[in-house]
Amino acid sequence: MPRIKMPSSSPSLDMTPMVDLAFLLVTFFMLTASVRVNEPVVVDIPSSISEKLLPDNVMMISIDVDGRAFFNISNPQVRIKILERMGTQYKIDFTENEKKRFAGMTSFGVPIANLKEYILMDDVARAKVKSPGIPMDTTGLNNQLRDWIAFGQIIELTREKEEQTKAKNLGRPFKNEPLRYAIKADAAAKYISVKQVIDVFKKLKIYRFNLITSLEQEN
Amino acid sequence: MAEVNTGDGGGHGKHQKKRAKKASTRIDMTPMVDLAFLLLTFFVLTSTFSKPKTMEINYPADPPPNVVLPKINNALTFLLSKDNNIYYYSGEFYPKNNKDGKPETTLIKTGYGKDELRKVLLDANKPTRDKVLQLEDRMKKKEIADTTFKRLANIEKGKKDALTVLVKSDDKASYKNVIDLIDELNITMIGKYAVIDMMPAELEQLNAANDANPTETK
Repeated sequence: MPRIKMPSSSPSLDMTPMVDLAFLLVTFFMLTASVRVNEPVVVDIPSSISEKLLPDNVMMISIDVDGRAFFNISNPQVRIKILERMGTQYKIDFTENEKKRFAGMTSFGVPIANLKEYILMDDVARAKVKSPGIPMDTTGLNNQLRDWIAFGQIIELTREKEEQTKAKNLGRPFKNEPLRYAIKADAAAKYISVKQVIDVFKKLKIYRFNLITSLEQEN
Repeated sequence: MAEVNTGDGGGHGKHQKKRAKKASTRIDMTPMVDLAFLLLTFFVLTSTFSKPKTMEINYPADPPPNVVLPKINNALTFLLSKDNNIYYYSGEFYPKNNKDGKPETTLIKTGYGKDELRKVLLDANKPTRDKVLQLEDRMKKKEIADTTFKRLANIEKGKKDALTVLVKSDDKASYKNVIDLIDELNITMIGKYAVIDMMPAELEQLNAANDANPTETK
C-alpha cells in the first residue's frame, strides 16, 4: 500500500497581501477620520431624502427636545472675535487663555454671564453640566442668541472683505465659501421652538437655512 | 526558492561549496502587523463616516404690514397640529360667516403615510410632475444635458399655474412633522412652497377639527 505523501512545503502562509490590505485600510481610515466632537447635548435629527452635504463654513444653532438653543460656528478665528465682541457688549473681560479655549470648543448653550465659568471647566465637568440654553427673549430685552448671530454675521463679512482685499493685493483669485446658517433641531422638538430661532434670524434679515437631516431610504 | 540553511552548513556533499554564512533577510513582521490591525480596528470603530445631510430652505420675509397678499390660484394649505395630526384645504380659506358669502372651508384630515399625504400631493401636482418626468426621460435618453434638465425642471416647477403649498404649523406640532411634510413636497416635485404663520381663523378651525377627531389610541 502506498503511503500517503505528506506535503513537504512549509505550513507558513504568505501574509503579504493581507498586510498590504490592512495598511491600505489603516491609511484610508486615518485620512478620512474626523475628530468626533463632544456636543453638550444629544440631538436626534429627523430624516429626509435630501442628499446635499452640509457646507464647511457654517453657523449652527442646535435645538434640543426641550427647545434649548446651542450656538456653534465653525471658523475658530471668527469664534474668538465673536467672543471679544460679546465681551464688550456684556462688559465681561475674557483672557487670552479663555479665548483660546473657547476657539477649541464645540457648541455651547449657556448665558454669557456663565460662559467664563463654562469655558474654564475641563471636559469631564463640562459634560456633567446641564446647559440652560442661550437666552432668546422674544421681547428683545435679553436676546443673547440674536447678538451671537448678529456679531457672527458682521465678523464673517469683515473677514470675507479682508480676505478679498488681501487676495486682490496679491493678485490671486478670490475664493470664498459664504457663511451658511444651519439649524439642527431634534425631531421631537416642538416646531414653535424652532420657529423662535427662525424668527431671530428673520429679524436679522437672514432667510436661507440649512436644516440638518439624516439620509433616509425612500421606500 | 533558494533557502539558506543556517543550521547545518556545508560539508556533507562533495559538490557543495563552502559559503559565507548569510543572515536571514526575513524580518519578523508579526508585531507590525499586530499594530496595523489594532489601528485598523480603532479607526473602523471610531470613524464617523458621513457628513450630515442638509435640506436647504428659504423662508419668506415677513410681509410689510397693511399689504394685501396677492391671491394664489392653485394652492394647497396644510395645517399641522399635535399628535401628528395633519389637515389640508385647497384654495382660499373662508372662515365662518365670511363677508364674501362663501361656504365655510372644511379641513380634510390626512396622515403622513405613503398612501395619504403623498397621494394627495401627487394628485394635486400631477401636471407639473408629468412634465418634469418627461424632461427626466429626455435626459436619460441623452437628448438634453444634466444642467439643462435642472434648469428646465426648475422653470416648470416655478410656473405661475404650478401648485403652491403653504405649510402652517401650530404651537403643538413637532419639528419632525414639518420636516416630513417638506420632504414629501420634495419627493413629489413641488417647487413652490412656503412655511408661514397660521391665521387666527385657521387656528380656530384647526382646534375645532382636533376636538372633533380625538386621537386614536395606538
